[in-house]
Amino acid sequence: MSTPHSSSTSSAPHRASPPQIPESLTLAATASSGSPSSSSASGMRDAAEDDSDSPPSQMSEDDPGGGGGGGDRWEPDLRGGNGGTGRWAPPDQVLENVLESVLEFLTAARDRNAASLVCRSWYRAEAQTRRELFIGNCYAVSPRRAVERFGGLRSVVLKGKPRFADFSLVPYGWGAYVSPWVAALGPAYPRLERICLKRMTISDDDLDLVAKSFPLFRELSLVCCDGFSTAGLATIAGRCRHLRVLDLIEDYVEDEEDELVDWISRFPESNTSLESLVFDCVSVPFNFEALEALVARSPALRRLRVNHHVSVEQLRRLMARAPQLTHFGTGAFRSEAAPGGGLSVTELATSFAASRSLVCLSGFRDVNPEYLPAIYPVCAKLTSLNFSFASLTAEELKPVIRNCINLRTFWVLDTVGDEGLRAVADTCSDLRELRVFPLDASEDSEGSVSDVGLQAISEGCPKLESILYFCQRMTNAAVIAMSKNCPDLVVFRLCIMGRHRPDRITGDPMDDGFGAIVMNCKKLTRLSVSGLLTDKAFAYIGKYGKLIKTLSVAFAGNSDMSLQYIFEGCTKLQKLEVRDSPFSDKGLLSGMNYFYNMRFLWMNSCRLTMRGCKDVAQQMQNLVVEVIKDHSDDEGEAEIVDKLYLYRSLAGPRNDAPPFVTLL
Amino acid sequence: MADVESCLKATELRLGLPGTEETTAAAAALPTPPSTPRGKKRDGNIAADEAAKKRDGETAPPAAKQATVFEVLTRVETTFVSSCRAQVVGWPPVRSYRKSKPAPAEEKAPAAAATATAAAGALFVKVSMDGAPYLRKVDLKMYKGYRELREALEAMFLCFSGGAADTPSVNPSDFAVTYEDKDGDLMLVGDVPFDMFISACKRLRIMKGSEARGLGSVKNN
Repeated sequence: MSTPHSSSTSSAPHRASPPQIPESLTLAATASSGSPSSSSASGMRDAAEDDSDSPPSQMSEDDPGGGGGGGDRWEPDLRGGNGGTGRWAPPDQVLENVLESVLEFLTAARDRNAASLVCRSWYRAEAQTRRELFIGNCYAVSPRRAVERFGGLRSVVLKGKPRFADFSLVPYGWGAYVSPWVAALGPAYPRLERICLKRMTISDDDLDLVAKSFPLFRELSLVCCDGFSTAGLATIAGRCRHLRVLDLIEDYVEDEEDELVDWISRFPESNTSLESLVFDCVSVPFNFEALEALVARSPALRRLRVNHHVSVEQLRRLMARAPQLTHFGTGAFRSEAAPGGGLSVTELATSFAASRSLVCLSGFRDVNPEYLPAIYPVCAKLTSLNFSFASLTAEELKPVIRNCINLRTFWVLDTVGDEGLRAVADTCSDLRELRVFPLDASEDSEGSVSDVGLQAISEGCPKLESILYFCQRMTNAAVIAMSKNCPDLVVFRLCIMGRHRPDRITGDPMDDGFGAIVMNCKKLTRLSVSGLLTDKAFAYIGKYGKLIKTLSVAFAGNSDMSLQYIFEGCTKLQKLEVRDSPFSDKGLLSGMNYFYNMRFLWMNSCRLTMRGCKDVAQQMQNLVVEVIKDHSDDEGEAEIVDKLYLYRSLAGPRNDAPPFVTLL
Repeated sequence: MADVESCLKATELRLGLPGTEETTAAAAALPTPPSTPRGKKRDGNIAADEAAKKRDGETAPPAAKQATVFEVLTRVETTFVSSCRAQVVGWPPVRSYRKSKPAPAEEKAPAAAATATAAAGALFVKVSMDGAPYLRKVDLKMYKGYRELREALEAMFLCFSGGAADTPSVNPSDFAVTYEDKDGDLMLVGDVPFDMFISACKRLRIMKGSEARGLGSVKNN
């Protein structure tokens, strides 16, 4: 369905030409309905742990970045949307109507962007018929501009903070507030049904405004957001009578124990259309009876993920009420009774056996391994299993995984060791996505998995498309093996936790391993590197990584050449995040011609100075260059730049920046 | 290079009397230096390499071992990868959501609060201790009160006090924790409510010895 290579950046000037904004770069906002495969296969809500390229439909990365029609080309008062009467009457009203009917069928962002560039007529028709707006950087465009262009939005997806905010690198109060957006969207789109936010701050007041502004509101998805509490959730639950989806994924919910609100009870009796309720990140106790009643009156409920305040006894009750569930987050997976008492494994197994539609299991937050056999009845049908909060040994994992012959997505803790991974490789030949998280996420930890596990996986899972692997010991050989055995890899993220660690056997840098990945995995779009790496690794990446959109670099490289290789070679680069690497202003400036083609560049703890950053800011008018200081570094040298965040923007420097952010 | 080595050794700051034996507890408290890359070296790690080699070759008595480690750390501080054994913010890149495990039922509130502050953004301030060769950073938002903060600081700087806390040569009340506030004044920690302290504190300084005597006894808040 997608027009091949119709990315609007293709209309950008050749990369080597002087820095100008490509004509197509106007609105960074594009619509996206996501690729069909990503929304069906991934039951894990990848947007939770990952962003961009392996997303569920809401968070799709099909944003070519360049945006849709050439807003700068058109007359300023071209009002596609709510701005009132346009100055032109279209010469052929019939054609316009036909156009609109036809364009209704276009859903992919790329197609819509391409269509909007054809001519004014198409631009207007597209603007009127676009239903979903995807904005990959909330500061790249102003709410007013979005509202002016699009007339009939039903769904808005917004992303805020840069991903490194997840690792405490962006100070509190930096920004990404949804308030101005809600304020603008409310009056403009009374029929809005869906809002998805990622890494944004949304307050209880904002939630209140959402509930008030959109009477037909159906779907709220908040991923890695903060700023709200159970009070805000209560408002949404209570006032959005048609709510079908409430997905809270890895948010930070502000709650004082004594100010808890029983938000689950607020879902009215009349709401019987709930399809998805995900709240495992809302870590405070809740009213279980209310949940049970809600589940009982929701025959359409397919996805339910509860928090760890749910025992296996309570799980059983929920499963009895919702045998039609497809995605189930199992809470603690432990009995509330004293050891010896409580539910028996057999009884729990019966409940699982009755859930004939289950394809995705998660939770297991405080798992009692004795209860694991209860899930055997569903293992064969599972396509997605998340054990990443369960400290299981290989022995505990094996009997379970051996039944999971259809598994496509598997998240696990490294406690299972190389042996556990071997068991996965032996059974799960259809595996597409693997994530191995560290139990002990520190540099000096023992690390329970190694190159041995990676090699085993590569041999047993040739269809692997996405891998995230935390370890302490790795070899080039294993990485090279994976590059050859798993040619379909789209996402390769290897995190050798100890900094600058070389190949554990040869002592060489990890250059050749990552080189092989970019060389052999021709579909690779996302790469995270680690271990001891020289400029050579980046020479490989620049030479072969032609499809890479997201690149994460930490503690790597020798010199500015690394950055130059990346900028010059990775022609599709959208997002580059770098930390603690010896790159200076020279490296930064080597990217000058490419910044407009990217969504953002993040660099922290490198060797940048104000001088270099100012150079960039001065030469690139449509780039916002932010220099961010840590709160406590008042006495730091003024010239040294610790954190740089730059991004293309049509909105200019933002007006909500806190004092520790300097906009150049 | 040898000159630099001996110069560094001559000027290195050491805690405790020369020749004081370090206890195994203190030794264990010191973080292990990174494994040395065999073969190719990178600029940042040369110091660590040399020091590690030296360390490997030594069968020294504890005092000398302690000196060597300090030497390593002093030198490493001056390289690009400064204080490489101090915890680096946000590395490995695992979300705090994932790092915090849900506590058992009784301890839900504190656990949630701890997760909360970690995720909401940190308030890192430098902590210096008189005589220690390098500084640390703490996230003030991680602590609910003075007691927790003090315990954390004690744990962090234990290795620099020349021994375990119960050795007779070191008395915890010989230390005073002070902070520098917005006006640049040196204030004693503990006088104002914890929340007020957090918003005013710009950096912490642990004083010891005669300067601190008497002040250190005001430690329970």
